[in-house]
Amino acid sequence: MTIRLSGVLVEEIRREGELAYPAECCGVLGGRIAGENKEVSRLVPMVNHRTDDPRRYLISPEDLLRTTADLRQSSLEVLGYYHSHPDHPAAPSEFDSAHAWPWYSYIIVRVDHGRAAELTSWVLEEDCSAMRQESLEVLSEV
Amino acid sequence: MTVTVSIPTPLRSFTAGQDSVQLAGDTVGQVLDGLLATHNGLKRHLLQEDGRLRNFVSLYLNETDIRHLASTSTPVRSGDVLTIVPSIAGGSPAVEAQPTLSHAEVLRYSRHLLLPEVGVNGQRKLKAARVLTIGAGGLGSPLTLYLAAAGVGTIGIVDFDVVDLTNLQRQIVHGTSTLGRPKLESAESRLTDVNPNVRIEKHATRLTSENALEIIEAYDIVVDGTDNFPTRYLVNDACVLLGKPNVYGSIFRFEGQASVFYAKEGPCYRCIYSEPPPPGLVPSCAEGGVLGVLPGIIGSIQALETIKWIIGAGDSLVGRLVLFDALKLRFRELQLRKDPACPICGDNPTIHELIDYEAFCGIGAEPSYAGPEITAEELRREMDEKGSNLVLIDVREPHEWDIAHIEGARLIPLGQLPERLGELDGHAEIVTQCHHGARSMKALQVLKGAGFGRVRSLAGGIDAWADRVEIGMPRY
Repeated sequence: MTIRLSGVLVEEIRREGELAYPAECCGVLGGRIAGENKEVSRLVPMVNHRTDDPRRYLISPEDLLRTTADLRQSSLEVLGYYHSHPDHPAAPSEFDSAHAWPWYSYIIVRVDHGRAAELTSWVLEEDCSAMRQESLEVLSEV
Repeated sequence: MTVTVSIPTPLRSFTAGQDSVQLAGDTVGQVLDGLLATHNGLKRHLLQEDGRLRNFVSLYLNETDIRHLASTSTPVRSGDVLTIVPSIAGGSPAVEAQPTLSHAEVLRYSRHLLLPEVGVNGQRKLKAARVLTIGAGGLGSPLTLYLAAAGVGTIGIVDFDVVDLTNLQRQIVHGTSTLGRPKLESAESRLTDVNPNVRIEKHATRLTSENALEIIEAYDIVVDGTDNFPTRYLVNDACVLLGKPNVYGSIFRFEGQASVFYAKEGPCYRCIYSEPPPPGLVPSCAEGGVLGVLPGIIGSIQALETIKWIIGAGDSLVGRLVLFDALKLRFRELQLRKDPACPICGDNPTIHELIDYEAFCGIGAEPSYAGPEITAEELRREMDEKGSNLVLIDVREPHEWDIAHIEGARLIPLGQLPERLGELDGHAEIVTQCHHGARSMKALQVLKGAGFGRVRSLAGGIDAWADRVEIGMPRY
């Protein structure tokens, strides 16, 4: 599968990462499945419930439940999540892999000294052994 | 009882793509068993090896987490919806060790901890932070007080002065009880009273080109509270060379300015002021005066920017200069741009090490205003002898005259002197007088240049007069 989203949404993720720096931002990727593609059309920033450690994020099940219901109102579903890695590469940490769910896309943006850098998307392998990078297509603005 | 179980997208491959499944049962546990019996692949995603629900799976019966109900024994009714909610977590590697907060610190900083922008993490960053303030004077006072109160772990202070009575109108970190003591000691005792958790590192020295890099290197952020141009350029250059942010503030009379100079991301002080003003053009606070509250406002802005920088909240003043006018009570903001031709942070820098800043600012190269002087004691004697034949001209400002003046003197402020020469008798014997003897020497030059032959300047000004002749006259 390929994950597709507009340049505007990519910018929004980057900006959120910068705003949250040096803590991590996190949010939900809302959209639709279209054939072999995940088409992201809405970002829902989520409250990071891990306030004890700037290098962790946690989305509470209550928030996720509410967001899932809100998205469903617009016939959208949760396609995955995004979060930032302050001063670390945009690759999943062991902690990310250990907590990842199958099928969902996990977009990671690196934020270096407060400035957003590379942005990648990852999915869990079928056998749950590791995460592999998936292709991410940035759509130009119409 | 028939219950709808809502399946999250990632697990639909185990339910043949269905987003919900209808199942019968009397309790959550029974419904769950039914689900896993029909869709065996879900098991390893929902249950641990011991058969209990995995940590990062939550089950919601309608709107409520079953952990807040009777867990898997919670009874269900027809029409209920049981939702499987994945808990989404992650993070980046390498957790840096930040100092922890004691219970007493949690209580002390509770108003910070209530702000999501600060929180426990921000407070731990403040505790880990090392901030250097240059000067424990007007700006340094509110600055260090707020940084200490905020829980900045280590505050370094560079100062070599002692507390003087004229300081107390604005330098609120000091007090009457510490008059005459070094400002470093005075500040330390006050700051550790405000917050004993804070470590004060005292640098009892003037910041110089020889010691600046070594002192500044050991800190994360530098806050410039200096009142003179050589030190300001020195602090700027040292911060650029070391890649440290420089939280700048300056004040004069009723006006102040503040910015954050950080050459990695924005302009430095030299980008804005490539050259210092000619010596003597911009009077210091000691010469020009300053409203006591003003450094309180500008120093507090510096403290604010420092704290924001440490916790990473909000928009910093990098690339912006805030101008404050106390009389109009008006803030203005100028957008600053990095100068590509800046000699230290531009594209082709020519300054690679610290220079002689006194010379750069023209100090010591000022035109000398040497001329004949008269001591306070001699003036007293000659005034008694010569009476009205000796003309004493006070060249200070009228508001200074109101503080104290010498009986028989004539007030002609220095700025008005050239156009009021006609009021003076060209043959009279003249003595010029000011506060400390500098302006009166300039006045002497003006008079000499205009052809007045017999002019002397009162050495040490009215201050020397008040000290040695007219004891009891107020000094300022």
